[in-house]
Amino acid sequence: MWIYEKKLQYPVRVSKCDPMMAKFLREQYGGADGELSAALRYFNQRYSIPDKVIGLLTDIGTEELAHLEMIATMIFKLTKDADVEQLKASGLGAHYAAHDRALQYKDASGVPWTAAYIQAKGDPLADLYEDIAAEEKARATYQWLIDLTDDVDLQDGLKFLREREIVHSMRFREAVEIIKADREQKKIF
Amino acid sequence: MMQDGQVREWRPYVGRWDPCPPILVKRYIVPPNQYIPYQPMNWPQFSIDEALFRGTLWPGLFSPYVPSKT
Amino acid sequence: MTDPNDSAERPTPQGMPPGGGDEAYRRQLEEIQKVDFALVELNLYLDTHPTDLQALRQFNQLAQRRQQLCYAFEMTYGPLMHFGHSFSRFPWQWPDTPWPWQV
Repeated sequence: MWIYEKKLQYPVRVSKCDPMMAKFLREQYGGADGELSAALRYFNQRYSIPDKVIGLLTDIGTEELAHLEMIATMIFKLTKDADVEQLKASGLGAHYAAHDRALQYKDASGVPWTAAYIQAKGDPLADLYEDIAAEEKARATYQWLIDLTDDVDLQDGLKFLREREIVHSMRFREAVEIIKADREQKKIF
Repeated sequence: MMQDGQVREWRPYVGRWDPCPPILVKRYIVPPNQYIPYQPMNWPQFSIDEALFRGTLWPGLFSPYVPSKT
Repeated sequence: MTDPNDSAERPTPQGMPPGGGDEAYRRQLEEIQKVDFALVELNLYLDTHPTDLQALRQFNQLAQRRQQLCYAFEMTYGPLMHFGHSFSRFPWQWPDTPWPWQV
C-alpha cells in the first residue's frame, strides 16, 4: 500500500502567470516519458524482475509520484487564476471548452495518456535499459521545458526534476550491473 | 558556459539555400553518470542544506543546466 | 489528544489561513524537505549498495532526525500523514488546508 504525505518533495515556486507554459508542462504530466508513465512503468515491472532490484523499482516509482505532484502543482498554479481570454490566447481554449481548468493526463499537444506508453518485456535487461532510456528522455524534456520559460523560480523546480532523472539513470545502470553479476554473487554467498 | 565541461558541441551542415539564419553550433550535455559504471562508496556529499537545492546528495552526479534561447 | 489552544491554531477555512501556508510554515516544512531529500538519496543509493555500513548509519540517524522534525511540525500545523501515521487534534485535522499544491 502507499501512504500520502501532505507535502511536496521540493518547494515549487511559480512567479509568472503563464498558462501557455502549463500547456507545455503537460508533456511531463500525461506524456509518453512523463512522470505518470515512469511511475506506472516501474511499479508494473516489479512483478517480473529479479528480487534484487524490486526495492529500487518501488522506490524510484514512488519518487516519480512525488514528481507528478510537483508538475501538477506547477500546472495548477499557472492556470488557477488565468482568465478565459488568457487561456484562449495560450492555446487552451479547446481545453477550457471541455474541462475548464481541470487537469488532464494529456501531453503538450493534447494527446491523451495511454497504457501503450508502459513498456514491460519481462526480460530484466530489456526492461532496465528501457528505464534508463526513459530517464534520459525525461531529462531532455526538462531541458527543453527550462528553455521555454524565463521564470527563474519555475526553472528552479524544473532543474531539480532534471537532476533527479540523472540520479535515477545512475541507479538503473547499477541495477543492470547487479543483474549481470548475479551468477558470481551466488558463489560468494 | 558554466556547465563543468559537460557540454559537447557540433557544427551542423549549413546549406546554401537554408531559409532561416543558420544555427552554427549545436550543443548537448553529457551528464557525469555516463562515465560512472558503479558509484564508489564514500563519495563526497553536499551538505543536507545544500543537497535539496542541487537535486542530488552527490556532487559527483551534479549536472548544471543553463537554458538556451536558440 | 484534545488541546485547549486547539481552535486558536486551526486554519480558517476561507481566506488566508493564519498558520498553514505562511512564511514560518514554509521554512519549517523546508527543514523537513531537506532531511527527507537526503533520506531519498541514501535510500536509492543503499538499494544498489546494501553493504555500505557508513551510508546505512547515516540513513538511520537522519530517519531519527526526520521523526523529531515532523513531530514538531505536526504539533503546530497538523498531521503530515494519514492512516494512523500521524496524530490529530479535535476536530479531525487531516482535511485542513493548505494542501501541498496550494502552498
